[in-house]
Amino acid sequence: MTIDWPSFTPWAALAGGVLVGTATAMFLLLNGRIAGISGIVGGLLRLVTGDVAWRVAFIAGLVVAPMVYAIFTDWPKPRIEAGYGTLVLAGLLVGVGTRYAAGCTSGHGVCGLSRLSPRSFAATAVFMGAGFLTVFLMRHLLSL
Amino acid sequence: MAFFTSFLAGLVFGLGLIVSGMANPAKVLGFLDLGGRWDPSLAFVMAGAIAVGAVAFAVARRRTRSLLGAAMRLPSLQSIDRRLLIGSAVFGIGWGIAGFCPGPALVAVGMGQAKALVFVIAMLAGMGVFEWLEGRKEAKHPERGSRSKAHGRRGSVSH
Repeated sequence: MTIDWPSFTPWAALAGGVLVGTATAMFLLLNGRIAGISGIVGGLLRLVTGDVAWRVAFIAGLVVAPMVYAIFTDWPKPRIEAGYGTLVLAGLLVGVGTRYAAGCTSGHGVCGLSRLSPRSFAATAVFMGAGFLTVFLMRHLLSL
Repeated sequence: MAFFTSFLAGLVFGLGLIVSGMANPAKVLGFLDLGGRWDPSLAFVMAGAIAVGAVAFAVARRRTRSLLGAAMRLPSLQSIDRRLLIGSAVFGIGWGIAGFCPGPALVAVGMGQAKALVFVIAMLAGMGVFEWLEGRKEAKHPERGSRSKAHGRRGSVSH
């Protein structure tokens, strides 16, 4: 294994992580809810009365974040190498998978590990493992 | 008030994803590429988030109501079952293919990325498939509906 030193940004990563943790703490202590993005988005599809507004508000916060960030400084442009077909396949898998698992990187990875949930440790180990394997297959075995 | 704090939490969460670099799929894939030139940054994002999150959950565990008086909804599920493991594996494959998970994809939509929007629409479709399959299962076996019994308060407490 070789470390990609020029890309490695430990301080920005840690600072961003602290912000994510702060958002999680705010949502938990103020709203009494888990800041799990897949659950917040997925629950929207059930259209339960009285259960829609807070979900839309949270999602709106995520979507306007770049505009708020831009008040201070330009955000780095994301690089999306995948083509449209690949993105559709990836989106479908992420949508179905996170709902069956009842959580994604935020719900299991951040919240679950924060509260030492064995279930979330298992989920995180599996989705990270699957992610590592998928990238290894695509980049090094199939050279896609 | 709950509506406003929800928006604020989403906003801070999104800012964290931008600051950390996780709104950029190329950087996420750099973390997932153990066999190439590896960028360990994502592990530091998790560490920072969990350090703060752990304190919050330790406080939350002793409370039944949030500071705004809402019910404290902590997940009740404990089972490590096939749903969890297969679901997580499917999610991980999708994550590895494009480098997007739900939060960062929504932030990238806010950056005006058409590709992120395509991903999010497909993700919503995938979530819709899940709801549809669950609904069918419940219609067939109402007595052992996964939402009503085995999975307890799913609707409100899933992540």
